[in-house]
Amino acid sequence: MAVIIDGLTYASWLFIIAVGLTLIYGVMKILNIAHGSLYSLGAYAAAYFGGLWLNGGMPIYLVFLVMFITSIFIGILFGAIIERGILKRMYDKDEIVLVLVTYAIFLILEDLIKLIWGVDPYFLYQPYGMLGSFTITDLTYPNYNILLFASAIVIGLIITYVLKNTIKGKILLAVIHDRELSLSQGVNVSFVYFLTFIIGASLGAIGGALTAPMISVQPGIGAESIVLAFAVVVIGGLGSLPGAAIAALLVGFVKAAAIHFMPELDLFSVYIVMAAVLIFRPKGIFSGHEARKI
Amino acid sequence: MKNNYFKNYLTLFLAFVVLGFFVPKWALYLMTVSLNYGIIVLGMLLLARTGLVSFGHGLYYCLGAYAAGTLKPLFGVNEISIMLLSSIFIPFIIATLLGFLLRRYRDIFFAMLSLAFSMILYGLLVKTSRLGSTDGFNVDAHTLMGFTLSNSPFERYIIFLLSLFFACICIFLMIKYLKSSRGMLAEAIRDNELRVEYIGASVKSTIHINYVISAVFAGLAGGLTAITVGHIDPEMSYWTTSGEFVFITILSGTGSVFAPFVGAAIFETIRSFAYELSPNTWQMSLGLVMLIVIMFLPEGIWSLLKKRKNK
Repeated sequence: MAVIIDGLTYASWLFIIAVGLTLIYGVMKILNIAHGSLYSLGAYAAAYFGGLWLNGGMPIYLVFLVMFITSIFIGILFGAIIERGILKRMYDKDEIVLVLVTYAIFLILEDLIKLIWGVDPYFLYQPYGMLGSFTITDLTYPNYNILLFASAIVIGLIITYVLKNTIKGKILLAVIHDRELSLSQGVNVSFVYFLTFIIGASLGAIGGALTAPMISVQPGIGAESIVLAFAVVVIGGLGSLPGAAIAALLVGFVKAAAIHFMPELDLFSVYIVMAAVLIFRPKGIFSGHEARKI
Repeated sequence: MKNNYFKNYLTLFLAFVVLGFFVPKWALYLMTVSLNYGIIVLGMLLLARTGLVSFGHGLYYCLGAYAAGTLKPLFGVNEISIMLLSSIFIPFIIATLLGFLLRRYRDIFFAMLSLAFSMILYGLLVKTSRLGSTDGFNVDAHTLMGFTLSNSPFERYIIFLLSLFFACICIFLMIKYLKSSRGMLAEAIRDNELRVEYIGASVKSTIHINYVISAVFAGLAGGLTAITVGHIDPEMSYWTTSGEFVFITILSGTGSVFAPFVGAAIFETIRSFAYELSPNTWQMSLGLVMLIVIMFLPEGIWSLLKKRKNK
């Protein structure tokens, strides 16, 4: 039972941080390392402003709203700067070069965070505890886990709904399928890219904000989370939304099981899953076919 | 013509030997570390020419360092030549095995899978409390060919010569290899794999061999670093370390076998001085340099030198 609950919680967390990454890759073919920085920016902003809000004696339950709004704001602001300022000039480059570009952005943002908030850790533990807790088979879990799980479901459903049932979403699918043909049909691809990047960036920041209450927010959390998100996205198949969900569940349960039964495997269980999946499905669980280049 | 080249290289080598003797200690250390990094990036250059970027070469760097460092606690050996042999041998074995798997992958999948392997090693080392967990442990490089090295006044200088010696051997071997037909296949594979298959060459085995060569270089550099720094920790296998190697590869470009050493020297200098000036923004300067290089010098800094020569 404990394994299931831990697994679900961890899977929800993984899905939230990975979904923005897979969305950006799906549309723009950029494996965005800077996603890790947006994650930590979101965490820092949430911890900082959430802390201010609580210390200012404001209504405590609204702290979730504050965390949510600040992270969206961060996502839009930095997403817009990164896409318009840097990535837009790079679209003609190779996929692997774009990875390195986002790695450079990652390095810059990591230090920007240190400049803004310093190197001391921030704590925003109140939201974690204030929701109370529930008990199953003698073990007590904070209700925050349920919030995390619900957020993952809601985010997944909203994205699926938008993609499948709205005009904007269908245009997006068209761009994913064939960029040039959409362009010729009058789709403003540049704007679609812009929008996708902002949404992906905001999702990263929201992931950070949701994580902030569970950890001490300090330098290095971005580097830690981004490799996990990579693993999830690669396992699921780059750019695949259901793939990300299934990979998150798989990794979540394997990790939870590892912690319960073989704690020494905990740290790298994720990568073992990744290596194992890639050996049998070289492009991830959900992956399309690619034409051979002659 | 050929003799002339050889003479130039020899002069360069001797110049460094003399230079190393006179520069202050910190500069000597900087030069040694740059040489070690240069050796890794030389291997990465070979991969880059094949069209592959590995985000996990920290794996072999770290393996090489631990292969050299653990000889003392495990077997009581602290002879440098044996340590270095072991730091070549163990990455060679691992890379040969992993190569069978990795040679099937390209682009991002190659980068990510190699990253996964390096993170597995990181996790293993962090969990191994016998080897100091996250703190790592100190390496005691005691003798070189039977002569006692530690506490001698020339210890640093001799270690520098050692790195210089191996760097030269690696450069020499790399030049030879790149001129062989197998070495020339590398760039052909980057341009078009299918056509390489059509002319009857094996893409997979070439990638495999190049991968093993680059891994052995990284392992050797790891061993040398363990001796230079005197301390090793699992951080060497963390993905940000591999990121540094990728950074230097981009910075130096793939134009020449000497470029990695220039790139590594620039990298180490930026790092040392930027770290000294403002410890919290040195990554930012690295990131900016990297963006500028990708935007304006896609062939790396080596292209600057080349352009000047052409004029």
